[in-house]
Amino acid sequence: MSFSVTDPSRAIKWVAGALVVGYAVITLIPLLWIIATGFKSPSDSISYPPVVAFEPTLEGYVNLFTDRTRATEKMLEEAGPPTTWYEEITRERGTVISGPSRYGERFLNSVIIGFGSTALCMILGTMAAYAFSRFKVPLKDDLLFFILSTRMMPPIAVAIPIFLMFRNLGLNDTHLGMILLYTAVNLSLSVWLLKGFIDEIPIEYEEAALIDGYTRFQAFYKVVLPQAATGIASTAIFCLIFAWNEYAFAVLLTSGTAQTAPPFIPTIIGTSGKDWPAVAAGATIFLVPVMVFTIMLRKHLLRGITFGAVRK
Amino acid sequence: MTESPIDKVAVKTPNGVARHIKGLSDRTIAWIFVAPTIFLLLAVNIFPLIWTIRLSFTNFRVNRPNNDVEWVGFRNYERILSDPDVWATMQATAHFLIWTIVLQVLIGFTLAYLINKKFKGNDMWTTIIVFPMMLSPAVVGNFWTFLYQPQIGLFNYAVTFFTGGDPADFSMIGDVHLAPWAIVIADTWMWTPFVMLICLAGLRSIPDSIYEAAECDRASKWRQFWTITIPMVLPFLMLAVLFRGIENFKMFDLVVQLTGGGPGNTTTLSSIDLKREAFEKWRTGYSSAYAVILFVTVFGLASIYVKALNKVKER
Repeated sequence: MSFSVTDPSRAIKWVAGALVVGYAVITLIPLLWIIATGFKSPSDSISYPPVVAFEPTLEGYVNLFTDRTRATEKMLEEAGPPTTWYEEITRERGTVISGPSRYGERFLNSVIIGFGSTALCMILGTMAAYAFSRFKVPLKDDLLFFILSTRMMPPIAVAIPIFLMFRNLGLNDTHLGMILLYTAVNLSLSVWLLKGFIDEIPIEYEEAALIDGYTRFQAFYKVVLPQAATGIASTAIFCLIFAWNEYAFAVLLTSGTAQTAPPFIPTIIGTSGKDWPAVAAGATIFLVPVMVFTIMLRKHLLRGITFGAVRK
Repeated sequence: MTESPIDKVAVKTPNGVARHIKGLSDRTIAWIFVAPTIFLLLAVNIFPLIWTIRLSFTNFRVNRPNNDVEWVGFRNYERILSDPDVWATMQATAHFLIWTIVLQVLIGFTLAYLINKKFKGNDMWTTIIVFPMMLSPAVVGNFWTFLYQPQIGLFNYAVTFFTGGDPADFSMIGDVHLAPWAIVIADTWMWTPFVMLICLAGLRSIPDSIYEAAECDRASKWRQFWTITIPMVLPFLMLAVLFRGIENFKMFDLVVQLTGGGPGNTTTLSSIDLKREAFEKWRTGYSSAYAVILFVTVFGLASIYVKALNKVKER
């Protein structure tokens, strides 16, 4: 290892490391608490003082995915002994499962709308970014600024006319409507990020391909797209995360068929007061994929959150 | 691009061959590629915005479509700007905006500074710290209400444990004085990593040679910090503040789940107030004017700020 006057001493490194780790641990506590609460029984979840060591149970997850009714003795006789592990859990509380809850549907809606809008956003975004990067587009800077400025609008401010427009077009509370809306919201991000990634690919590659007899389109999808694959993938994950997390439009424009998970999770109610383990279980299932994506994205995080303004 | 070798070749070759080589002209391709994006943004952003502006001069109400729509001029704007309740929400927004930015800048910069000391495993810890900001604000906000619950909440327990207060008397989101701070704390928890990441990029962009030169000139560490580190990170820090400012001015999801605007109206930020006017009271014309005012404010403030940012960058 080379010695440098600017390299901090070992003691300083140790202190800095300890402080950062301390912050990281404190910041992780709420997240770990969410995950832990998902495995608690309802009484453990609201005990005072809060319990750290508890007997884990899957009751929260079972409650999350099922609707239950209080069982009368007659119902219990008819239903016979519990046949599955999750029925056993609900029987202990004196309830029987009356059917699946709506969480599965809501989660599936999140997946459909998230992936649908991401796919559309990537197709449109890559094309526009390529054109902005390689061609002389009239009013290029103005158009790019216009695209960025759409992000500044408070969602509630445009929600009223979008609500009216969607109602007239029959798009209210439909998957297609939400996909189009989220695509429009994310386009600014995808165009700006992808333009940065494509700018970094040397133009000579395409020129070589054109001289070899490729058409522009061939050069685009046989040369540029493979080169930009990493950039496209990380941009896609960013779009997916934003669509996945979005709440304001979802709560205003969807109520039944196309409602996503974020507006639904807070409405999970138990038999007496809020069923916190079920809420926590729902949140855990919803948040963990994003954490995995964050780890995958770690090299491009900065670029993504600043719309490509800061590139390391 | 127009004068690339391929173009010259294409001009000289017979028409059919040229078409085979080039396919569509660059100009056509550019339009085909850009048009769908622009069209979608016009349809979903600009068209609704113009519609909002038009509605803001009327007394239209969505829930009474059969009423006559009257043109009321600037009356909606006058009513909003002279309403003390609206100014109270503006104040709540300003309190939230200023304190979240102050706390996030202080903590975020400190963390970035410490991480930049390059201790072992700093990459891993950076990724861990970043988790909160990637999560769904609505789900996180909902869960913070659990942490803030009187008696059973973890946050509540920690505070009363250290202060020795009575846990039953202490409630973060039920108290008019503490609730504005409850949302500041949750937002700071969530978004400090954002400021940290940008500051870290700024710190890493400073070449070692500058510090080495300063060492040779016997500048103290303190002096190096104020004359090298801070000025060179400032453009990055200002960019982070811009992003956080715009985002928190629009803040809706986290706070509406956390406190719902209460107790009273103490945490009713502008966006939450706007949502109530538009989607609960259905005063469409009035809330459109409200939306225009908010949009003009955020756009105006952001433009002034960007000018200042560019000045700092030029230095």
